[in-house]
This record gives sequence, C-alpha cells and structure tokens, in this order.
Amino acid sequence: MFWNTIAKFKKKGVLGMNARNVAYIARYNERHLFPLVDDKLKTKHAARKHNIKVPDLYGVIRYTAEMNDLGAMLNPLTGFAVKPLRGSGGKGIIIITGRDGENFLKPSGKVMTLGDIRHDISNILSGVYSLGGRPDTAIIESLIRGQPDMLKYSFEGLPDIRVIVFRGFPVMAMMRCPTSQSDGKANLHQGAVGVGLDICTGKAIRAVQRNSLVDRHPDTGVDFSDLAIPDWDEILMLSAKCYDMTGLGYIGCDFVLDETRGPMILELNARPGLAVQIANGIGLKSRLDVIEKLEHFDLHADERVALVHEKFGAPPVAA
Amino acid sequence: MSPKGQVYLFAALFIFLGLGLTAYKAIFLHFPLLPDTERKVWDIEAKLTFEAAGNPLTINLALPEKQQQFTVLDEIFASAGYGFAIEEEHQRRAIWTRRQAEGPQTLYYRLKITDRAEDQPMAPSSDLPEPVVPPIWTVAEETAAAGLIRTATELSAGPASFTQQVLLMLSGKSDSQDAQLLLEASKGDSIAQIAIRLLNAANIPARMVRGIYLEDRFYNQRAEEVVEIHDGKQWLFFDPRSATQGIPDNFFMWQRGGQSLLDIIGGYSSRVRFSVLGNDISAKVVALQEAETVGAPLVNFNIYSLPIDKQNIFKMLLLVPIGALVVIIFRVLIGIKTSGTFMPVLIALAFIQTTLAAGMLILVTLVAAGLWIRFYLSKLDLLMVARLAAVLITVVILMAGFSILSYKLGLDQVLVVTFFPMIIVAWTIERMSILWEEDGPREVLTQGGGSLLVAVIAYMLMTNQYLEHITYNFPETILILLGIILILGQYTGYRLTELKRFRFLIEK
Repeated sequence: MFWNTIAKFKKKGVLGMNARNVAYIARYNERHLFPLVDDKLKTKHAARKHNIKVPDLYGVIRYTAEMNDLGAMLNPLTGFAVKPLRGSGGKGIIIITGRDGENFLKPSGKVMTLGDIRHDISNILSGVYSLGGRPDTAIIESLIRGQPDMLKYSFEGLPDIRVIVFRGFPVMAMMRCPTSQSDGKANLHQGAVGVGLDICTGKAIRAVQRNSLVDRHPDTGVDFSDLAIPDWDEILMLSAKCYDMTGLGYIGCDFVLDETRGPMILELNARPGLAVQIANGIGLKSRLDVIEKLEHFDLHADERVALVHEKFGAPPVAA
Repeated sequence: MSPKGQVYLFAALFIFLGLGLTAYKAIFLHFPLLPDTERKVWDIEAKLTFEAAGNPLTINLALPEKQQQFTVLDEIFASAGYGFAIEEEHQRRAIWTRRQAEGPQTLYYRLKITDRAEDQPMAPSSDLPEPVVPPIWTVAEETAAAGLIRTATELSAGPASFTQQVLLMLSGKSDSQDAQLLLEASKGDSIAQIAIRLLNAANIPARMVRGIYLEDRFYNQRAEEVVEIHDGKQWLFFDPRSATQGIPDNFFMWQRGGQSLLDIIGGYSSRVRFSVLGNDISAKVVALQEAETVGAPLVNFNIYSLPIDKQNIFKMLLLVPIGALVVIIFRVLIGIKTSGTFMPVLIALAFIQTTLAAGMLILVTLVAAGLWIRFYLSKLDLLMVARLAAVLITVVILMAGFSILSYKLGLDQVLVVTFFPMIIVAWTIERMSILWEEDGPREVLTQGGGSLLVAVIAYMLMTNQYLEHITYNFPETILILLGIILILGQYTGYRLTELKRFRFLIEK
C-alpha cells in the first residue's frame, strides 16, 4: 500500500520535505545568502537596486526606547503594516487599514490603541517571531491597497501570489486567498484557499481548500475559474530577477498586486513550502527536473522567462 | 568526491568501526552482549603443609599450565617469610625458599580462573611421547603384572581398549586375581600409578595427569589423577576410577606428565590439599579482569576507568544518542512535528528519573498550569525576557507546590518533579502559548502531542534494559548510531505523513 502510493508520487513528480531540504535548499541555497531574504530591510534594499517594486518604508524600530516616538510616527498615517524584520510565514504582522480618531483599525474592523501596537512591537523586538528567537527589529511599511478585482477573492486580508523560482526560472505559482476560516491570513494550512496558477498565463487551474477542490471562495462566493492574474508577464519577469538579486537557487517570491503600482514583492522565502503542488495538482519535482536538465544557466531573466513558456506552456493546438 | 559520497564513506566508516570495536569487545574480551549474564569464577586454593626441620628450605610446586578452556584471572602466592620465584622451564613451577624454619609450615597458592566465554573443545596435546622406559618390578609384582597384561591384551584391540581393560581390572570392576595381587604388592601406589607402569611394560607411552574437579565446596582434597596414553596418533585421557575414556569438562588440569607435584628439600610430611569455591560473578566484571590481565588497550581508555558516580552520569549521557535517533526517525521518516528539535529527548531523560506515568502527569499539569498563567501574563504587556523569567519563576513555584502537596499527601512520586529541566519547561510554555495565539489550539495539541509521543517512545527505548546495557558497556555503538544518522541525513524520500498530505495530488 505504501509502496503503491510512493510509486504514484514518484510518477507524478511529487516533491517531499526531505528531498526539498537536501536536494534543493541545501544544494542551491548558500547559507551566507540567507540574510538577504530573512532580513526584510536587506531585501528591500537589494530589490530597489534591481528595480523591483517593494512597499515603502515608513520607519524602523530597533530598540524599545525608540517607541517613544511611535505616536508621532504613526499619527499622520491612515494605513500601514508593522512587520518583524526577520519574521517568516506572515507571523507577527499587524495591518492597519484605517483610523478611528486616535485609535487604529484592523481590516476586521477591530480597534487597536497605540498601546496595543506598542505591545505587539515589543513582542517583535524581543524576538518572539524571528527565526531562532533572536532579538528583532520592527519595520513599518506602507499599506498595500489591493486591486479591487483581486480583493473579491479574499476575506479581509490581501491575496498574495507565491511563485517558486528555481535557478532563476519561475516553475510554479499559486494565489493564496485568505478566508474566514484562516482568520484573514494567507496560510493554506489554516484554511486559506490555494489557487493553482498556470505558470505561463497566470490563469487559475484549480482551487483547493484544506485538501478538497472548491469552485468558489467560501466567504465571497466568487468563482475562481475566471481568475486571471493581471500583469502576469511582469510577475514572471520580477520572479526571474529575484534570482539575480539574491543568488538563491530555490526561493519562493511572494507578490501582491497594488491598486496603483502593480505587482510588488512582499517578501522572499528561502524555504518555501510544498503546498503549491497541491494547489496546482502538479508535482513540483517534475518541473524542477525539467530545469535541471537544461544546458545553459547563464541566461538573462527575459531569456529564462521565454524558456519557461517554451517548456511549460500548453502545447500549440493544431489547427 | 561528492558530498553524498563523503557522507556514505564516513557513515560506512563509523558503522564499520563501531561494529568492529563492539565485536572485538564481545568476542575477544568477552564483554557480555546481554545484560545480567553471569560467569562462573572458580577460586582454587592449593594449601601446602609440611614440617620444617631447621634446615634451608626449598619448596617446589608445579603450577597449572595454560589451558584452552580456562582463563586465569588472578594468581596469589601467600608466603610470609619466604623468598619466592617462578621457574618457567619445561613446566611452570613456583619455588619458595627460606634459610631457616622450624615446625609446621603452611604456604598458599591461590588461583582465580573462569571458563572461557566461547565453547572451545580442548585441543589434543600435540607433543609426542618420550620413548617408553620399561618399569622395574619386584619379583612379587612381576608375575601378577605379566598375567594382567596377558589378559588385557587378549580382551583388547588396541592401546585404548587395552588401557580400559587394565583400569577395569585394577579398579575391581572386572574380576582379576592378578590385579588383586599387584595392588597388594605395590601398596601405597595409586591405581593410576600402577596403571602407568603396566602400560609402559606393554610398551604404551603413558603419563600421569594431575588436576582437580571444579565443583563448588570442594575442600581439602588431594589432586585427582588421570591417566593419559598415546595410541600412536594422539593422547587420550582415562579416568582410572571409572575406566572411561575422556576427560570431564570441569576437570582443571594442574600438571600434565613431568615430575612430582610437590618437591620439598629440607622438610618432611609434606602434602598439598586443594579447595575450590565457585562464584557467579557478573560477566562484565570478569571480562574487565580478563582484559586487564591481557592488557587490552581499549579497556584502559574506557568509561570504567572513571569513578562510579561519573560512570552513572555517562550511563545517562550515552542514552542521549538513542533519543536523538528516535527524534530523527520521527521527524525525517515519519514527519511528526515536535516543539523544539531535541526537547523530546530532554523530556525522556526526565521521565527516566520520574517513571513514565508520574512524569507525564507532572509535565502535562506543569505545562497546562504554566500556559494558563502565561495567558494572563500576555495581557500585562511585558517584555519577552521578563515574561519568560516570570514563567520560569512560575514553573519553580509550581514545582515546589507539587512537591510539598505530594509530600503532605504521602506520595513520593511527585517529589521527583525537580528532574524536569525548568528552563525547557518554561520555554515550552512560552512557545506553546505563542503557537496557541497564532495558529490556534489545534496546532498546540498537534505539536505538544507529537513531542510527548516522541518523548515516550524515546523513553521506552532508553529504558530498554538491553539497549541500556549495550550503550553503557559498548560505548563504541555511538559510532554506529552516528553512521545511521548521517545516512538518514541524506534521506530524500517521502515522509510517512506526506503520503497522506499529498494523497490529494494523485486522486482524481
């Protein structure tokens, strides 16, 4: 029975956690390059150099004492995001989308006082959310205002787009749509919907919530089948450039689509999860193998994107 | 060489080394592979008594020779006031000397031997017999001897059956007038001595073997005599009393052929008496003594050379790799989430001290109570370090509370609560509480349950009597574990839980 399942997995090219760790992360992601993606300030910096759009930085809080000026810093802002510098998986992020006089409003409409924000920031500074529990820094960024035709696929939070980039080639992508079950978070294991995206066109393949196929968003009722990500070619290009920017061979790039500014890098992940396979219904390894068999890797980003179209595009329909 | 190749090379090297050292200790140094094996150790004492007449004394005692089926662990020569030397020509002999002594004298020679661990049949002696010297008989003996030899020759087919016939007649098991006459004529000689003379007269090489039977509580006995003949091809033993061929397993040969057992110059009325005491001693202790006498280098540089209390610490430490292996198997092969990589091992170590049921109860109560208090603390807007310290102090107070409460209730079990690593418990509470806030109670139960499951399984393996024995007595098995862990570190196959997680991918 096990052997049967394993054989089917292999045939399908399913990538397991161990293989991901040993054969891809350990092999293609050099340890000394990790800080570039783990540290959001460094990511921001590098992204600007490569002309990759990222949310604006409003402020950095390194020490508890710096919180004295927090009120003055936040007062003029109506919407912003507070993030741990070295956080991962969206942990410890506070999103403020509006104001209620002195107080702040979360997307859910919940009211936060300045004191609440201070407390959360002090948690961030003590390293509660950082990898390994190191003392961390909090950064305050501009709020991304999602495109209305994307927001309908989401409950409360913003849907984000995860692209797996292997040796500079975007190989697989999905959109993660928060639901009420996931508490407005884009985490698939908490019940967000994962929508597999055709890597060449950015159109929905299928949508999965907690290991079952869904047609519509459980909260908004919007049909996923007409989903097509706008600016998909730009997203592919940006993903490919993330490789040149970081030098990491196996990364997950998280994009959001801003209402006015288009696709932006939210964060990069040097240990991207495997749920993208479930959303797409395609084994990730089958894609990675295609890339590993290529002969030349010293290509420009646009050449790589062209190759992705060639390798993973739908076969031309015979007339 | 590729990293993968290097891993396999090192893993193979470690496993080979570990197995090799273990095998060496088990096979050549006889360290027991199973716990509680005991080996018989025989304490043999030869007591020499004689009267000294005031002249210079030389006492010369034959010492037992190396024998295949026994190992000598220790030899003691108790001889106050005597000079002592060991002579190693032809035969090993102990020589005591003294310028002057008077009256009854007693000397002791003590020997500690053990059966060799492996069952080795006694290899026949390979030495060739010396040419037979025909014995000199008195007139009275001669006729009887000639008659006896004639009867025995008629009834036998070769040297072996001849010897058997002679012994049967001499021991009275078959009627023989000649045997009666011969025994009477050579009064004072033992059956074995007469038999050897008869055999020599019949031109069969024969010699005397003296030894003792290793039987418990065997006190003040003479050496037993066994006849050994050479049938032209090999040496054969015969027990003169039963006339049977062969030698019992528990016969310890003291002297084979050669001169007398004891020679004394300057004394009289000498005798040697043997006592045997059998002890069941832990096979490990025996192996250690054995290794010491051989001077095996592996044992000198060993955990046993540490003081006992330090050895006990090592006993615990040596179990940690087993726990680590369990964690790796569960995380890499099975795919169970644990909170903190090696926390389950630490919990398992604590369980060893507390016993499983009590330990689990204490741990779950501690974490639950700690979590409850931590939820309140999280409302107080404390800095993390301060909050963690507050949780830590709460844990200490809870532990003290448990101990006092259980003592008042007359339960000893909970007193062992202090064996739980406080810092680890506090950190677990902190992690679990954040996990609760961020991912919900379900994730807390998954990870907490996973950690507990792994801890319990690690505990069961670490308290397994057999594994405990192996890790402690064969610390080199750590290398085997290291090799296995290196190989597991290269494992790129699916985790068991992934078969369920990705099942959706292959379903239509």
